[in-house]
Amino acid sequence: MTSVLEERFTAAPIHIDGEPERVRRIREQAAERFNILGWPTTRSEDWKYTSLASLANIDWKTDERLPDDKTFASPFGDKPVAELMFLNGALYANRATLANEHPGIRVMPIREAMESESFTQHFARYADYEKHALTALNTAMWRDGGFIEIAPGTVVEGFIHIFYLGSGAPDHRVVSHNRNLIVAGRGSQITVVESFFGKGTYFTNTVTEIVAGDGAVVDHYKFENESLDAFHIGTVQIHQERSSNVTSRTIATGGGLVRNEINAALTGEGASLSMEGLFVLSGKQHVDNHTVIDHVAPHCDSVELFKGILDENARGIFDGRIIVEPDAVKTNSRQTNKNLLLSESAVIDSKPSLEIHNDDVKCNHGSTIGQLDEEALFYLRARGIGAEEARNLLVYAFASEIVERMKVDVVRENAGRALFSRMPRRLPERRSESR
Amino acid sequence: MLEINNLHAGIDGKEILKGLTLHVGTGEVHAIMGPNGSGKSTLANVLAGRPKYVATSGTVTYQGKDLLALPAEERAREGVFLAMQYPVEIPGVNNIYFLKAALNSVRKHQGQEELDAMEFLQLAREKMKLVELDEAFMNRSVNEGFSGGEKKRNEIFQMAVLDPKLAILDETDSGLDIDALRIVAEGVNALASEKHSVLVITHYQRLLKYLVPDFVHVLADGRIVKSGGKELAEELEQKGYEWIEEEVAAAR
Repeated sequence: MTSVLEERFTAAPIHIDGEPERVRRIREQAAERFNILGWPTTRSEDWKYTSLASLANIDWKTDERLPDDKTFASPFGDKPVAELMFLNGALYANRATLANEHPGIRVMPIREAMESESFTQHFARYADYEKHALTALNTAMWRDGGFIEIAPGTVVEGFIHIFYLGSGAPDHRVVSHNRNLIVAGRGSQITVVESFFGKGTYFTNTVTEIVAGDGAVVDHYKFENESLDAFHIGTVQIHQERSSNVTSRTIATGGGLVRNEINAALTGEGASLSMEGLFVLSGKQHVDNHTVIDHVAPHCDSVELFKGILDENARGIFDGRIIVEPDAVKTNSRQTNKNLLLSESAVIDSKPSLEIHNDDVKCNHGSTIGQLDEEALFYLRARGIGAEEARNLLVYAFASEIVERMKVDVVRENAGRALFSRMPRRLPERRSESR
Repeated sequence: MLEINNLHAGIDGKEILKGLTLHVGTGEVHAIMGPNGSGKSTLANVLAGRPKYVATSGTVTYQGKDLLALPAEERAREGVFLAMQYPVEIPGVNNIYFLKAALNSVRKHQGQEELDAMEFLQLAREKMKLVELDEAFMNRSVNEGFSGGEKKRNEIFQMAVLDPKLAILDETDSGLDIDALRIVAEGVNALASEKHSVLVITHYQRLLKYLVPDFVHVLADGRIVKSGGKELAEELEQKGYEWIEEEVAAAR
């Protein structure tokens, strides 16, 4: 009898030449876990809104061939201080040489970092392959990804970009399992942008582990802008130590079927986290945002804000859980999900939740679902702004709360442009009714 | 400029204007006064094209055009401006961006060249002084966190920038202290000229001390029941609206 994994993928688990014994062992354990767990189904509470049946039935292939055309250009030009580009899971371009001249900065493909101390200490320690099937699959199958290590006290000016491209076709369905590890040492500061683009039908299964050491400041951006025929399942797993400060932003505009998991554990006293998300969907897009913020240590703050804009027949999910452990006294936590529905057939499921195990905390959560404000629309039109432009202005205004807070200029501008390009070009259903 | 003939209009199937006739000539300032529920705000909203306000019969001709056939933005581009009774807050839409977009869509429509950022800023600064608004307002979201008086002054500021041919003020004076009232009146007086017409809708006579109308009309139960000069406003202030309602009842 073949296992679940072997039915779907030609090699399970894979091994990279010269990988350390520990990595071999983890891959084998992870593969075994996937075979036991199987693909998640909607019977499980964590996956009740998202069926992977269409994904699980496809015979996915890995493909490391590079295409002849060089049409894939970085959205940030030469702005990143270092950039790693991967195509279908394999390294395509490495522009990290200059940054690596700094003794405190290490940016490299993760398969070249397997012998490093940081890798040995942190790899696969936070993203849980025991319980999460797709993380197990990734841990067994990953081929490459980004490794970033910032030495204690090093402040990196600018940002580092990890750029993933997918390319496939209905008769050539390609899967890539990408794996990133970001380790920010004590008192260091770093901004990392991950972005996902592509064309055609393909499947991205990506896992990023972020370790923020004592007092480290980490800004992480994830732009999921996959092809509308693509599947994207991603986990960002954040581990925070004492007084660290992490900002995580997830901007989802692409992909056909998308699952974004963003999880953070605040394990050191006084750590603070800002977790923001924006999803802008239309057509038949399905984007499932699943977040867990685990307050383990006392005196930690977390602020979570996810905003959704849904048009046409799009389906969005926000399922966010905040856990306050028994020892995490003086926790301060706020969770908000706001959604804007632009069409009657768009659907949003919003499920904010708090799980509090001590009574010395300040926590609140809430969610809203609304339509465009007709009064505001009229106000803009009554000043001469056309109906379509007025509508786009208001949609952009809804998103701007997230976009305007992005600190890196080129990233913020790019996000703004991406958003405008996704704006619906149709007129609102109602025009003047004065007659 | 504006000719309203036998206008019947309402909201949600309820008729509020019941045969209103009013002619506003170019360069004239008209005041419409009346008790609560007489249809003052309905008139303002029908003229500006607010959705849900429906005209069932009668005509409104503005500069020879059928005003009711135009969507709200076209009316604005043709030079109709409504200073709203309750200006809405629009978080995330920058005041200056919004007003520049509005002005340029009006200018484009009227065959004028669009203003660039510098030209616009210069104009905006000049007009802000007129209504004594601080420049910091420009970079905030539209009306967000503004006090009642600031919102009304912002309406007048927008009016001054957009330079409409017909300005309709829907109870712009309500809730204003005397200083704000004077600023609003000065803003309107600066606009009023032989080419601009103003329709001031108000419940009280206060504003009309500073903004002197050529004509005063009393609106009651959806119709104009009395018209006169500026002295009519003073009479209303002294006697209230009851004597008019009695007169109308007696005439029936």
